[in-house]
Amino acid sequence: MNASTAVTVEGFVTESLATHGRDPRHLLQHLIRVQQRFSYVPDAAVEALSAALDVTRTQVRAAIAFYAFLHNRPRGAFEIRFSDNITDRMLGSRRLIRLLVERLGLTGLPAWGHDLIRDDGRVSIGLASCTGMCDQGPALLVNGYAVTHLDAQRVDRIADLVQEGILLERWPGEFFRVGNNIRRRGLLLGNPATDSAALHRLVDEGADVALAEVERSGLRGRGGAGFTTALKWRFCREAPGTERYVVCNADEGEPGTFKDRVLLTDYADLVIEGMTVCAGVIGARRGFLYLRGEYRYLLPHLESVLQRRRAEGLLGMSILGADGFDFDIEIHLGAGAYICGEESALIESLEGKRGVTRKRPPFPVTSGFDDQPTVVNNVETFLAAARVVRWGGYWFRGEGTDQSAGSKILSVSGDCARPGIYEYPFGTPVHRVLSDCGAENTQAVQISGAAGATLSPADFDRIIAFEDLPTAGSFMVFDDSRDLLDMVRNFAAFFAHESCGFCTPCRVGGALLRNLIEKVAAGQGSEYDLSEMRRIGAVMRQASYCGLGHTAPNHVLNTLDKFPQIYRRRLARASHTPSFDLDAALSEARALTGRDDVGAHIRVQMPDGSEVSA
Amino acid sequence: MSKTFTLDGREIPFETGQTIMDAALAAAVYIPHLCHNPEFAPHGSCRVCVVDIGGRQVSACTAAASEGLVVDSSSEAIQATRRAILQMLFVEGNHVCPACEKSGACQLQAVAYYTGMLAPHFTHFFPRRPVDASHPDVIIDFNRCILCELCVRASRDHDGKRVFAISGRGLESHLVIDSPSGLLGDSSFAAGDKAAHVCPTGAILPKGRGYETPIGERLYDREPISIVGDVRAHEEEVV
Repeated sequence: MNASTAVTVEGFVTESLATHGRDPRHLLQHLIRVQQRFSYVPDAAVEALSAALDVTRTQVRAAIAFYAFLHNRPRGAFEIRFSDNITDRMLGSRRLIRLLVERLGLTGLPAWGHDLIRDDGRVSIGLASCTGMCDQGPALLVNGYAVTHLDAQRVDRIADLVQEGILLERWPGEFFRVGNNIRRRGLLLGNPATDSAALHRLVDEGADVALAEVERSGLRGRGGAGFTTALKWRFCREAPGTERYVVCNADEGEPGTFKDRVLLTDYADLVIEGMTVCAGVIGARRGFLYLRGEYRYLLPHLESVLQRRRAEGLLGMSILGADGFDFDIEIHLGAGAYICGEESALIESLEGKRGVTRKRPPFPVTSGFDDQPTVVNNVETFLAAARVVRWGGYWFRGEGTDQSAGSKILSVSGDCARPGIYEYPFGTPVHRVLSDCGAENTQAVQISGAAGATLSPADFDRIIAFEDLPTAGSFMVFDDSRDLLDMVRNFAAFFAHESCGFCTPCRVGGALLRNLIEKVAAGQGSEYDLSEMRRIGAVMRQASYCGLGHTAPNHVLNTLDKFPQIYRRRLARASHTPSFDLDAALSEARALTGRDDVGAHIRVQMPDGSEVSA
Repeated sequence: MSKTFTLDGREIPFETGQTIMDAALAAAVYIPHLCHNPEFAPHGSCRVCVVDIGGRQVSACTAAASEGLVVDSSSEAIQATRRAILQMLFVEGNHVCPACEKSGACQLQAVAYYTGMLAPHFTHFFPRRPVDASHPDVIIDFNRCILCELCVRASRDHDGKRVFAISGRGLESHLVIDSPSGLLGDSSFAAGDKAAHVCPTGAILPKGRGYETPIGERLYDREPISIVGDVRAHEEEVV
């Protein structure tokens, strides 16, 4: 379906440029469209875009190489990517990947950054970090569209559809059904309806009143860092600039997080209302919703909400009839890069570039999109802001703790009877969430995603709040049947894959850490390797350029402290074991010299302490 | 009266807008660095100039100087962090100091000596990176590239050519050249470009001039980098 040659590459690019403009900042959006149409970005598209947008071909190629969902070689007409988060693996995804590979006549297994592509070009199979369907996995993406609730039967059927070349539009609709699974509603989720009351209040009572309510509420950003929202808006409002921008961070790339997906599905009006209120407060005329590529299926829905709101006078020129209150929102798609959840990398990506973190200061509030003052907030933050302006700051402040006002929406997945979305007041202990979601014999909880903290049962009385356990919303449960080293290996591979590569500690340290963990997992590690992991982790934490590198070793350092047995039980007896097989390294020399007697072999120490010649 | 901060117990004067690195360079106090070059905007990517301020580590090249800061740039803890970062750079590429034409005049090597790095320590990655000898005057050996982006910045900001860029991500990050073939010889690069003279390692080398100064008599063979500073300031002597 993608490989149709009816339209030439040049023709397609020309049309894309005509429809979507020649702003160099739209480069990534053009590339995503080309990728979707042709299953890769052909050289002809690179040349055409480079010429039309005044960016070098090298910059275009660098962008293709940076984003996981863009390719310079054709993928299959059916491009399948299995979600490879630990929760998908716990639900049996590895077995299903093997099944599909076998059914489609391919060999081997896909690895991160290495896809299997069938010779006839019909299909390719790869992996994606986490597709945000952890409560209904195992999941995969086919040509960018999410398929949930995979089992052997469903995978079998997918193999048939691919073999028969059935167009995606004619695949069974239930494959693509994405559930909301809202299990507990609180302050924010209690009422999805909007009458645009926050916007009316903004227009009737003025931006100062709206900002005062946000200030009074004590609302802090829901993306994880917890910066005070009112302060961010005020800084941006007061920063010098010719234009101001509002950006909604809907990149939700943190493994195990999926609440923003639900908010964008059922609460899109409130999220957009929050963005519009922010625009009114800071004086922005343009806004962007940066939507992760994995949620592309939400695009038509979100576009239709924007369109309806324009028709209702809630977006566009003179909003609600207020003279000079002009604001509209564009949706920009991401293309598979976790780092783009970091606000300055997200802005780079919005500008069509590789998503590499910017130097700070200046911060985006003074110098963001197009170097102008920009507010970047999380989906949940905008939703909360809309409610706060409607119901008032005290309403929000009435829940939560001293430093963490209001509620937190959690994405709960892993070993529990009822995975899904749970909203709690801040201050709720971990054990409460565990009992509500039906978790039993819980060994560990990974809170706030791969970058977050690993909790052992000793931590389950701790509370979810910025002053104790801050979280971006991910809550993954592991019962005592799990080997936590599987989680560590998954996250270590994730961070090595998702490092942008800009700074040394994250780029090299992340890869070293992954390799050492694999060495331990293979039963070749020693105490020395564990202390190396601590040392590398410490350097990454201290010296990395941005939050990705600072937090990437958390899971290793946490588990080394709290679950040392997952490493220890695999250690070889020696205090040091080399990272390569000394004897095997000599095999080439043996072949060249024609000598293969006992003396031509390194003596190898066996686990029981005896020495033998290999 | 000018403002000051303390660097390893020494009062360092600074002007508003200067970074810790700017002020230290002006005061002739050495803070090791690789991706920093005062002729270009600070980058902060190599992390070798990491210093400690009240228990927080920041890169001196990007952190603003401010009144009363107490900066530690020489404790064993800071040197150990720098050493680990250098050891990472050495195992990431393929560095063959004893045989390298830049040996003795290489900033990477000199900074490694300065921090007391005696061995690569970590497991080598041994990447396969081809050498590009397509240009008549200059050779690029990607094995020695440390992704400092000085050539990227020099070509873009000084030469107005945009010859270089970084592609890929993570450990796959690599320097690429803007020409149809991807080769330097097919690009607009010239030996007189600023970008040909900013590399802190032996990744960008002039052709036909190897070993003009014997190893052992070169810049950092004679004096340590903390005394003589960056190789770029001595280019006439060393190439």
